[in-house]
Parts: sequence; C-alpha cells; structure tokens
Amino acid sequence: MSYTVLAAVSGLSAASDSGDGFEAPTPEEFYQPLFGSGDFSFTRPMALFAISAVLIAAFLIVTTRKAAVVPGKGQWITEQGYNFVRNGIAQDIIGSKEFLRYVPLLFTLFCTILVNNLFGVIPPFQYPTMGRVGFPIALALLVYVIYQVLAFKRKGVIGYLKSLIPDGLPTAIVPLILFLEIITYFVTRPVTLALRLFGNMFAGHLLLLLFILGGEYMMFHADGIHMKVFGAGSYILAAAMTVFEILIEALQAYIFTMLAATYIADSLSDHH
Amino acid sequence: MEGTINLGGNIAILGYGLSAIGPGIGIGLIFAAYINGVARQPEARGMLQSIAILGFALAEALAIFGLVLAFVFRSA
Repeated sequence: MSYTVLAAVSGLSAASDSGDGFEAPTPEEFYQPLFGSGDFSFTRPMALFAISAVLIAAFLIVTTRKAAVVPGKGQWITEQGYNFVRNGIAQDIIGSKEFLRYVPLLFTLFCTILVNNLFGVIPPFQYPTMGRVGFPIALALLVYVIYQVLAFKRKGVIGYLKSLIPDGLPTAIVPLILFLEIITYFVTRPVTLALRLFGNMFAGHLLLLLFILGGEYMMFHADGIHMKVFGAGSYILAAAMTVFEILIEALQAYIFTMLAATYIADSLSDHH
Repeated sequence: MEGTINLGGNIAILGYGLSAIGPGIGIGLIFAAYINGVARQPEARGMLQSIAILGFALAEALAIFGLVLAFVFRSA
C-alpha cells in the first residue's frame, strides 16, 4: 500500500522500529514542508494546491476546446459537473433571476475543493489539501467577503440590520435577536464554513492514517501470528474507509458550494 | 499506587465524544424526516435532498468543533 511506502520514504512513519511500540499518528503528520523551514516553508499542500489548479484548468480547456453538439466523454463529464453546479446549486438556491453572475465563482469553488479533497485518496498525492486549516480559511474568507459586500451594497447598513430581524417580533426581544443574528452572520457562518471542510478532511485522513499505520505495525513489527490477522483486518477496514472517504470528500465539496450559494442568496434577498 | 489503573491518552478527546452525541441524534432526525418525506412524496426528492444536506451540514458543524477543539486543548 502506498501509504506505507510514502510513510517509509518521507520518514513520518508513526510506527518506529526501535521497539517503542506503536505510536498513533498525530496532527503533526500534516505538517510536511518540502523545502524551506519555519513560517515561510513551501509545504506539500501548497504544491498540491498549485497542481490542482493546473489539472483543473488543463482538464476544462481540453474537454471544452472542441466542444461538439454531441459531446464526447470528457466534454460530457465537464458538462455534467457544470450543469450540476449551475442548475442543481446556483439556480435552485439563488433563484433564476440573478444566479448567472455567481455560477463562475461557485463552479470554481466546487472544482477546487473536489479535486483537492480527492487528492486525499489518489495515490501519487495522498494528502487532502484542506486538511491544513489555512486553505479552507482562505476559501471561506473569499465567500465571507463576497456575501458581506453583496449584502451591504444591496441593502445598505440599516437595511442589512433590518433584514436580520424577522417580521412581527415583539420590540422587547429585538435587540436580543439582533445580537444573535449578528453573531451568526459575522462570526459563526464563516468559522463553521471553514472548520467544517477542514475538520472533515483532517479527521478522515487521520482515520485512514491510523488504520493503515496501525495495520502496517501489526503486520510487520508486532510479534505473534494473531497480530498478522489483526493487521490484515485493519487493512481491509482501511480500504472500506477509503471508499467512505471518497464519498465524504465529494459531499463536502457539494456542501461548501451549496452553503456559499445559500449565503449569497441570503445577501440578495430582502427578507429574512 | 496500588489498586489504580493507569489510563493513557487525552481527556480532551472525551469532549469530542460528548460533542458528537447531539449532532448524531440531530443528523438521525434530519435524515429520518427526509426519508419520511420522500416516502410520502417521491417527486419532492430533489428539493428535499438539498434541504436535508443543508441541515446535515449545519448539525455536523458542532461535532467538527468538538473534534478540532479536542486537538486544540490537548495537554502535552
């Protein structure tokens, strides 16, 4: 399994050979500088993010350059993906009047997150870029700025605050609700948007690491024949987890895009 | 000491266990309602699906908070 190979090559193997026993993988496994050190090191997720941009651009250009009325395989995939984001997310959530302006943003977000997430299980990469919290924060910040600017431009400061309060509320509890809503719109939403993506990718990858490194340890380092059986079981579970992980990765790309669309739609609509 | 068991590990992870209870129940309720809705009205599936996944994502956020904070507050 290439996780084991990778772990052996890059020296991050949690199972040390010195006989200290198995050490579970820690969050530090995610810090993998390629060159440089400290705050300005060039890390593996940075390389992967750049690779993903090149891959997506190349794929989209190649599959749409000779666009035909009857699509080929590549064009079909691109069209399905685009259709899904355009009709399934943007049009459904933002509404058919204004959604077209935001389709490029949403499609870019969807492709970027999907490809970067899938890097978590695709063999030569095998590192979910979004497992480093900086990347989801950057994406969430982008969405945050866009939906706040949109809301302020559309409604003005007073109108924005007014739109946070549902109609027909007793005046006594208006300040309370306003306070809660401001917390929701300005703090909770961007934080959860970033942390949801990060947490899922991080936890999923850590789980895979645990099963595979644990399996490797039991297979090759632990004593006793029964440990080999447990190691094999751990590997089988890791394979199942990988399939599950692919599902989660696609789902998280969809959820992030959908929430971005929801927040934009919220900024555009007048009422709460 | 005699008669005590030495447990290794990290108490912050228990917080993750606690924080996973609520979202677990919540996600169960959300998908139960979704399945109910689709069973009653199969043609509403597309609309219900996006609502269900939205609710799922919002409920799940709490568990994710718990997980992240478990690593943030782990002692040594």
